[in-house]
Order: sequence, then C-alpha cells, then structure tokens
Amino acid sequence: MSTVTPISKILIANRGEIACRVIRTAREMGIKTVAVYSDADRNAQHVIQADEAVYIGGSPSSESYLRADRIIAAAQSTGAQAVHPGYGFLSENEDFASALTDAGLIFIGPPVAAIAAMGSKSAAKKIMQEAGVPLVPGYHGDDQSDDLLAAESEKIGYPVLLKAAYGGGGKGMRVVESASEFSEALASARREAKASFGNDKMLVEKFITQPRHVEIQVFCDQHGNALYLAERDCSVQRRHQKVIEEAPAPGLTPGLRKAMGEAAVRAAQAIDYVGAGTVEFLFDERQDFYFMEMNTRLQVEHPVTEMITGIDLVDWQIRVAAGDVLPLEQDDIELDGHAFEARIYAENASENFMPSTGNVTFLRHPENSPYSRWDSGIIEGDDVTAFYDPMIAKLIVWDEDRDSALRRLRHALRDTRIAGVTTNTDYLYRIADHQAFREGGVSTRFIEQYGDALLQQDAELDEQDALLVLAAHIIRERQATHSQDPWSMTNGWRVNADAKHHVELIAQYAEAPVRMDLTQNGNELHWADANRSITLLPHGAVVIGNKRFTPEVAMVGTALTLFSDYGRFDARIYDAVSELIHEEEAGSLTAPMNGTIVAVNVNAGDTVTEGQALVIMEAMKMEYTIRAPFDGSVENVFFAAGDLVTDGAELISLTAAE
Amino acid sequence: MAILSSKINTRDEGFLANEKAMQDVLADLREKAEQIKQGGGKSYQERHVSRGKLLARDRIQRLLDPGSPFLEIGQFAAWDVYDDYVPAAGIVAGIGRVSGVECMIVANDATVKGGTYYPITVKKHLRAQEIAERCHLPCIYLVDSGGANLPRQDEVFPDRDHFGRIFFNQANMSSKGIPQIAVVMGLCTAGGAYVPAMADESIIVKEQGTIFLAGPPLVKAATGEEVSAEELGGADVHTRISGVADHFAVNDEHALDLARRSVARLNRPQKAALDIAEVKPPRYAPEEIYGIVGTDLRKPYDVREVIARIVDDSDFDEFKQNYGNTLVTGFARIHGYLVGIIANNGILFSESAQKGAHFIELCAQRKIPLVFLQNITGFMVGKKYEAEGIAKHGAKMVTAVSCAQVPKFTVLIGGSYGAGNYGMCGRAYDPTLMFMWPNARISVMGGEQAAGVMAQVTRDGKERKGERWSAEDENAFKQPIIDTYEHQGHPYYASGRLWDDGIIDPAQTRTVLGLSISAALNAPIADTRFGVFRM
Repeated sequence: MSTVTPISKILIANRGEIACRVIRTAREMGIKTVAVYSDADRNAQHVIQADEAVYIGGSPSSESYLRADRIIAAAQSTGAQAVHPGYGFLSENEDFASALTDAGLIFIGPPVAAIAAMGSKSAAKKIMQEAGVPLVPGYHGDDQSDDLLAAESEKIGYPVLLKAAYGGGGKGMRVVESASEFSEALASARREAKASFGNDKMLVEKFITQPRHVEIQVFCDQHGNALYLAERDCSVQRRHQKVIEEAPAPGLTPGLRKAMGEAAVRAAQAIDYVGAGTVEFLFDERQDFYFMEMNTRLQVEHPVTEMITGIDLVDWQIRVAAGDVLPLEQDDIELDGHAFEARIYAENASENFMPSTGNVTFLRHPENSPYSRWDSGIIEGDDVTAFYDPMIAKLIVWDEDRDSALRRLRHALRDTRIAGVTTNTDYLYRIADHQAFREGGVSTRFIEQYGDALLQQDAELDEQDALLVLAAHIIRERQATHSQDPWSMTNGWRVNADAKHHVELIAQYAEAPVRMDLTQNGNELHWADANRSITLLPHGAVVIGNKRFTPEVAMVGTALTLFSDYGRFDARIYDAVSELIHEEEAGSLTAPMNGTIVAVNVNAGDTVTEGQALVIMEAMKMEYTIRAPFDGSVENVFFAAGDLVTDGAELISLTAAE
Repeated sequence: MAILSSKINTRDEGFLANEKAMQDVLADLREKAEQIKQGGGKSYQERHVSRGKLLARDRIQRLLDPGSPFLEIGQFAAWDVYDDYVPAAGIVAGIGRVSGVECMIVANDATVKGGTYYPITVKKHLRAQEIAERCHLPCIYLVDSGGANLPRQDEVFPDRDHFGRIFFNQANMSSKGIPQIAVVMGLCTAGGAYVPAMADESIIVKEQGTIFLAGPPLVKAATGEEVSAEELGGADVHTRISGVADHFAVNDEHALDLARRSVARLNRPQKAALDIAEVKPPRYAPEEIYGIVGTDLRKPYDVREVIARIVDDSDFDEFKQNYGNTLVTGFARIHGYLVGIIANNGILFSESAQKGAHFIELCAQRKIPLVFLQNITGFMVGKKYEAEGIAKHGAKMVTAVSCAQVPKFTVLIGGSYGAGNYGMCGRAYDPTLMFMWPNARISVMGGEQAAGVMAQVTRDGKERKGERWSAEDENAFKQPIIDTYEHQGHPYYASGRLWDDGIIDPAQTRTVLGLSISAALNAPIADTRFGVFRM
C-alpha cells in the first residue's frame, strides 16, 4: 500500500496541446508546472503557459523530448515531484518510467511492469488470454519461420492480418487476402517493421472485414480499485491514424458496454495497472469484441470521455499518482450526452495528406463553452514545424444526443478557420457530413471505402465564385482607406464607364493564373469573362447568384484564404513579374516542405532523365522523392544526406538537355 | 457655412423628362466610349495579343497603382473626323497614379492603324504633354507606333505644332525637371525613335520593341544591307551596345514594372500648398443634375442647383450675391480643395462681367484655383449696353481670365457661344483642363441666331434688288445653317477635334474636377500679373 504523497509541482515531459492540457488542470489543482522545450519550441504555448520552463535540447525529438536524462535533470533542478508524460514521446517507455522512479520522482502513469507487459503485443495477448479477455484468433508465437506463419494463416483462415509485434501506428502491417499474396506481404511487412521498430517479429491474426475500433477507458488506483469510464468509438481512421472519435459508441447497448468495460478492467488488473489506461477492442458486425492492445497512457482522444462523464482525467491521473483513492466508484459513473473529437491537422488532404508546415498566420476557432472545447498548443502567429506531429488542435463538441452533437461538429468545423498552413478541416467536415457517418457505426474501413467522395471539393461554391469573392475582398480592402487627395482613391474610377479593376489570382492547385478584369457599378462587381457578378453588402456579406453569405478572408502577404459556409479555398495574388523571375530560375528543384535530406542520388555533372529520383527527403516520418522534371544534367547539388532543409530551399539545379 | 438648399422636386414631370433626355444622351455617350475602348477591333486586338503583347489600355491598367483612377483625356479624339475609323486617335492618354505619383500616360494603340500618327493623334499627344508641362506631371510614353501617317504627312510633319513638337516638349519638360520615361513595347521607327532617345529613362521589351531611324526595308533599299528588325534595333542591341535604351524587359508586364520602379525613384516634390479641408460629399445626389439640366439649352434653371451637386457638403459661399446676378461667383470646396467657382446664370451684363473680373482677381491674388461652369449665350446687346461700355467691361473679364495664373478648369455645362466663351475661360484661355457635358453645344453663336443673322443679310440684299423672299424659302435657307451649327456645335464634333479634353457624364463632374485640381497642384501656383484693365 502506497501512502499519499502531496504533489505541488509537476514537470510535463511533452509539448503541444497535451502539455497545455495538463498545465490547465494542474493550475486548477493549485499545482505548479514545469515545461521542457527544444530549440524549435522556444516560444511555444506550453512554454509560455507553464510556471517554469527548462530547455532540453535540439529540435529533433531525439535531442530533446526523447532525452530521458535531460528531462529527469530538469525535474530535479526545478524541484518537481512528479512527471506527466502526456502521450507519445516517452509516455510508454518503461526505461523512462523506471529511471524516474530511481530518481525519486513520481511517474504519472502506470507501474513500469505494466508498461513492459503491454509493450510487446504478443506478450500482452498471452496475458489477456489468461485473464479471460477475448482475443482475435491468431498466432502470437516466437517461431517466425515463413512456412509456419503461412501455415498458421491457413489455419486462422484468410483474410489475415500480419502485424509487427513491436509496432504501432500502422507500420509493418499488411492485410493478406489469400495464400498467394502471403510471402510478398510478409517480406514487406518485415522490412517495414525492421526499419521502423528495429524488430521484425510478426503476429498473424484473423482479419475482420467490417471491424469497428471501440476502446474502453479504464482507471485504477494504487489501492486495488479499478473502474471503466465507458467507451470511445475511434473507427474513423486513415492509415490507422484516428481522425474523428466519439463517445459513446453508436449503437452500443448498456449490456455490451458493461461486458466490454468489465473485460477491460480485468485486462488492467491482470497487469496490476495504475492510472489511466485504454483497452482497445475490435468490434465486429456480430457485436463480438476482441482485445487488440492496451495503451498505458492518456489517449489523445480522452476529452470525449471527459465530455460525457464530466470527469477530468488528468485530475484523476495526478490524484492517483499521489496515492489518492479513486474519487468515484463504478456505480457513480453516469454518462450524459454525446461527444465528438476532430483532430485538426496541418496537412493537405488533396495532396496525399502531405504535412503542411509554416506559420499559422490566421486562426479562428469556436469559443469554449459547455458545448465546445478547443485543445491546442498553437495560437495565431505560431509555427507548425516539421519536427513534430502536425496536429494543430483537437476540436471537441458535446450535445445531448449524437445528431445534435454531430450538427455542432459540422458548424464548429466551418468556424475553425486557419490560414498559413493547409488544414484538414474541410476533409473533416465532409466526414462529419457523410451519410454513413451520420448514420453511425462505421467501420475502420470507412475512409478507405469512401475515400474519393471524402476528397471531393465542395462544388457549391465553384472556383470562379471563390476567385470572385477573393477579388471582391481585395478590391474592398483597397478601397477601405484613402486620404483626402482624390488620387489616393483606389476605386478604379474611369471616365464615362464603370470603375475598372484588375486582379490576378492563382487558385489552389492551379497551374495558370486567372487574370480578372472586373467592372464596378456601386456595390456590384461584374466579371465579364466569367459572366458572373458579386454584390457587396454591409458587414462583409456578399451575394453571388442565389447565394448570400458572409465570407471571411485571411490575407497575409500575397496569400489568401477564403472561409465560408462552403468551406475553405486558397489562392494567392499572382505577380507576373516575380513569377517571371522565378521562371528564369526554373530548373532548380526545391524542398516541398521542411525536412531532412535522406539521400542524394546524383552528383554535379551527372546526366539525368525525366522522372529520375534525384533527392530523397524525409519529413514527418514520410519520405518524399524529388524527381527530375526533364532530361538534363545536374549543375549543382546544394545539400547532402542528413542536412535539414526548409520549405522552398533549392536542392539541386538542373540544366535542360538541348 | 452657406449650405445651398435645393428647391428641386425630383418627382416633377419636367424633371423626369429632363432626366430621361439626359440619360438617353448619356447612354449614347457610354456606348460610344465603350466602342472607342475596343480600339482597332477584335481581330486586330487578337492578333496583337497573340504576339504576347498587352493591349494599350491593359498596359495602362497594369502600369497604374492598383485601383488608381484614370482621368482619360481626348477619349473622343478623331471621332468622325476622318473617313478612316481612328478611335481615340490611336493613342490613349490620361492622368493616373503610378507608384504614388500622378503621371501623364501616353500609350500608342497599335491596333488602330498600326498606331500611326494622324493629325489629331499629334494634337492629342501634344495636348497631353501640354497638360503634363502645366501640371508638372512625369510623362510615361508607352510606345508602339509606326510613326507619322505617311499619306497625311503634310498635316503631321512640317508645322510648329506637328510631330517634331513632341521631342521639343520632351526636351523642355526634362529641362524643367518634369521626368520623361519611355517604354518601347513595339515599333518606334524614324521620328518615333526620338521618343525613347529623348527620354530621361527608357525601357525596351525583348523581341517586341525596336528603335531605329530606318527599318529593315528602308535600310535594304538605301544600302542593300539585309538585317532583321531585332538585330537592327532590338532590346539587346539598345541596352547592351547602343545605349539608346536603359532597361531590358523580357515582356510587357516586366517593362511596366520597370517603369513603375523608375517612377518610384523620381523624388518628386510635395504638391503646392492649398487650403484643404476634410472631404464631404454634396448633400444632394450628383445624378439629380440630369433632371435639373436636361438637354434643352433654352430651358432655364438656377445654376446653384448644379453647384449644390458638385461641391463638398453643398456648401457655397457666394461673393457679390446681389450684384450682377446673371453670373454666380463664390467659394466652395471640391474634394476638400478650396476653389473659386464662376458660373453663368443667364446672359452677361456689364455688372456681371465686372463682378467676374473682380472675383478672378481675388482668386489669383489668393492663389485659389478657378472653376468655370459655362452656360452662356453671350453678352447682352443693344444700344443701352453698348453705351454703358459692355465691351470694355467684357474686356476686363477676358483680361482677368487670360492673365490669371491659378489653375483654371472649365466645364461646358450648356451653351458656349460667342464672347461668353472667352470671358468664361474657353479653350483659347488655356484652362488647365476643359471638359464638356454631352448636352452642351459650342459655336460662335447659336444656330438659330446665325441662321437669323444670315437670313437678315440675305433678305436685305434681296429687298435692295426688289426681290421677294417667301417665308418658306427663308426657312429652306435657314435650316441647313441651323443643321450645320447643330452638327458642328455638338460635343462629339468638338471633342473629336480636341476643342476640349473630353466629354464627361455630369454626375462625374465632381470627381473629374477633384482629380484635375489635385493633378494641377503638382505644379507651384505662380504669381499673377494682370494686363491693363480698361476702366
């Protein structure tokens, strides 16, 4: 039995929104906070919000947020008694947890043994099997010979899922539909597992065709008490990354909730778990559920649980870590309403979800209220760097029932307006607006199944309409201020004609600029070439055709982002002259985003052919290949493998073949 | 504060009829203006654009600051003057803001007869330079012209105010510190070659602009040498070898950007000081001028109703209100600028002429710009008036107008006849800028009066010979005279010959004047020394 240790200062071994999230609760509890930060995070919100902050190293996580030694030193030097690991980074690292304990610090998380038990998926399953937690039929053995794995797969019955034993995040995972595909899939899954986790041990499992991801939040204290806080449905996933989560799970009966909850508690107790944990289940169309894994930390999506239970999970984590008894018992837990969480990412859905880094030049989000919550570590003016996860925020909404909550989510997504980086808000909106999702209970194949429809741009406000709204905005802005001198008017005044305006814009994903000649008569702007008009009304409202709405435009330098009820549209002011200078420099190949050079395949003087891979870059754990746009020869190579490059940096210059 | 209170009923039948009539002539004006803007027409424009060149008006649009007003001058130049259709006389000119500086822009339209200079083209180019010189406006020439129109060489080459005067003006403006910038965007042959050569700074577009005294055909004819236009006088030759041009541009847009950069580093002086107040719009809608004025010049109205729709806050501080009241004089503001306004409210009498002269003296003394709203049939005639010396009183006003060195702006808002035109600062009196409403007419006298005078003379002659002249015959005699006067007094005829700087929509008068005054203030206002006033 542990005794209660008062905690008056916590170090948060994390960054971004979760660090801010922990600071908020700690502050409410009267506990001081210590932030740690890397070079890239010198001015980050978590550093600003914490009571103290300690610099722990370079921007790459391996030099800072993964440096257990420096974090422990920081805790000791600041007098923090406990360390909250957040999620990711060192949150499920048993060495870190034990080093903390050795240093006399409290790890706000489970005991080292529990982390270790769940660290290996195959070992975890063995424990669960013994504890009577249902498992997906599969092979979790140590014999990893190709033949045996194939035979086991045959026994389980295709389709089967190959999974890296030490993996996560979808790496080293393959669905094998039939025996003929097996050996190839095994080889590639092993390669990936080896590269990602340094271990290519594989599990084989029954592949469930329409699975849902339903996870149970469990909580245990140091006194043997354990309870579950209902479930979360995280079935909307893209490449095994959760996109939108909700609680409770649509259609889950109280009986089933109880059965799953109790199974989850058994799972936790089987490893003497303490603190907040999540037991993930596969939930199939027959309403059977199978243990997948247990996450021994606070989940990203924990707020949906908080919204329907009214419990602050971080508060509980700290209490439990201090040795308190769980404040409630299972029977006290009541569920109220429905909550959704949407993960707002800086990424470009239209370009294969390429992370989008840069400065967040404009940021508007729904105000916090009992119905809406914005968990973020970024404010307007902050940077999204390539060093860390490009999640900008978590948008959480609540209402009394699922339909109402979902309606709120859609509105809240439209009201989430971020410029400077590309975000997935419109993509999230299309998910939230999708018929299947509205009906509820989609499987983890949802995005795969409807991917194309979800990527479709909203056609209600077409490109020409959007360009016209932006042109009107530019013209309105130009006219907003002028001095007494009539020559300072910027109304495009002409003799014996309507006022004339010229705007050149280049639309998102477009190759060529649109040269717009507009005439203005009073509050109406006419674009003759597109045969359409826009009427400017007071307070920023506009009318195009039969649509009346109030657009919001973020204008930073030449970049324009239009937000409206029809979603987001990006464009920039086209400057023919600077483009010209750019064109003169054509033949140079630039970095598509901030990242690291992995390999340079050519040397100066080499002859290359169109499409040949020249440079391989890595950013956000994804690789990008920069290819030759034409036949030619390499004039210059500006970087070498291992170099860090910024977005737009010239990597290589090419001379076109004559 | 002397706010004019309008007595107009905008639902009155006469008002509505006037309004309709004015709207009809305005619709015709706008339609013709739109046609003029199409230059040489679709096929020539398409051919021009297909060569990678921008159209003249598009060049101006891109040269101007975003949203800048453009005060075009001589829009109707050459309208119905030649058998050839030469819209805008093949040259677009006007004042606009470039890099924050008001400039005079003169752009050849190569889609109109290859941008060659007709006599009116020369006149317009010179007029644009005259305005620039008067107002100290930097000149930007967007050159794309085949030079003089050869069949009309006798009307464009030899005389003082012909082609050569363009370069004379460039040299003299440059000497006065009025910058001259040339952008060679097309042909620039023979005499035209002097536009960039005489400029302070010149820009030339690769593969488009050429400068040479003689083109390849003439060179071959003269010396047998075979050479391409680009080799003879292209951008590369002139910026790298000859030094005839200073800046190399890869295309029109680049050239216009270079021109904007040139203007940005001109280091122009501040505008002349003038009493300026916060801008207030008139209290009455400018469009109501249509219903007040109409198109029938014989219908009288109080010119204060027009002033109330032009000046700031409809605030008009009258001078000598009760004296010589057929001429209205007073102070007001237009776009915040203090101005003296002189407007006709009937025929000129001795008193009104003296009042006018007095008021002009005041404004010249105080360096306040003058605005003339001209609607005048002339001076009063008859024994009584001659005896009281109306000629010398009129002469005082003409002397005052002639000598006043303040910026003068004339708007023909109705009739402009006879000596009234002189006293009210007609073209001969060098108004800085002069505009005409579409309902206005200009001639030595009204058509009716002219026909009447000529009929009287004819009748006298016939009567001396004992011949009879029937009323029918007299009418048949008069009608062609009336028709000719109507035709020649019409704004299209007048503006086509550049007797003014443009026909404008009455509702745009306030803006036109505001822009004109502001542009004029780029030049310092000189002291006035008047001639001898006959007392």
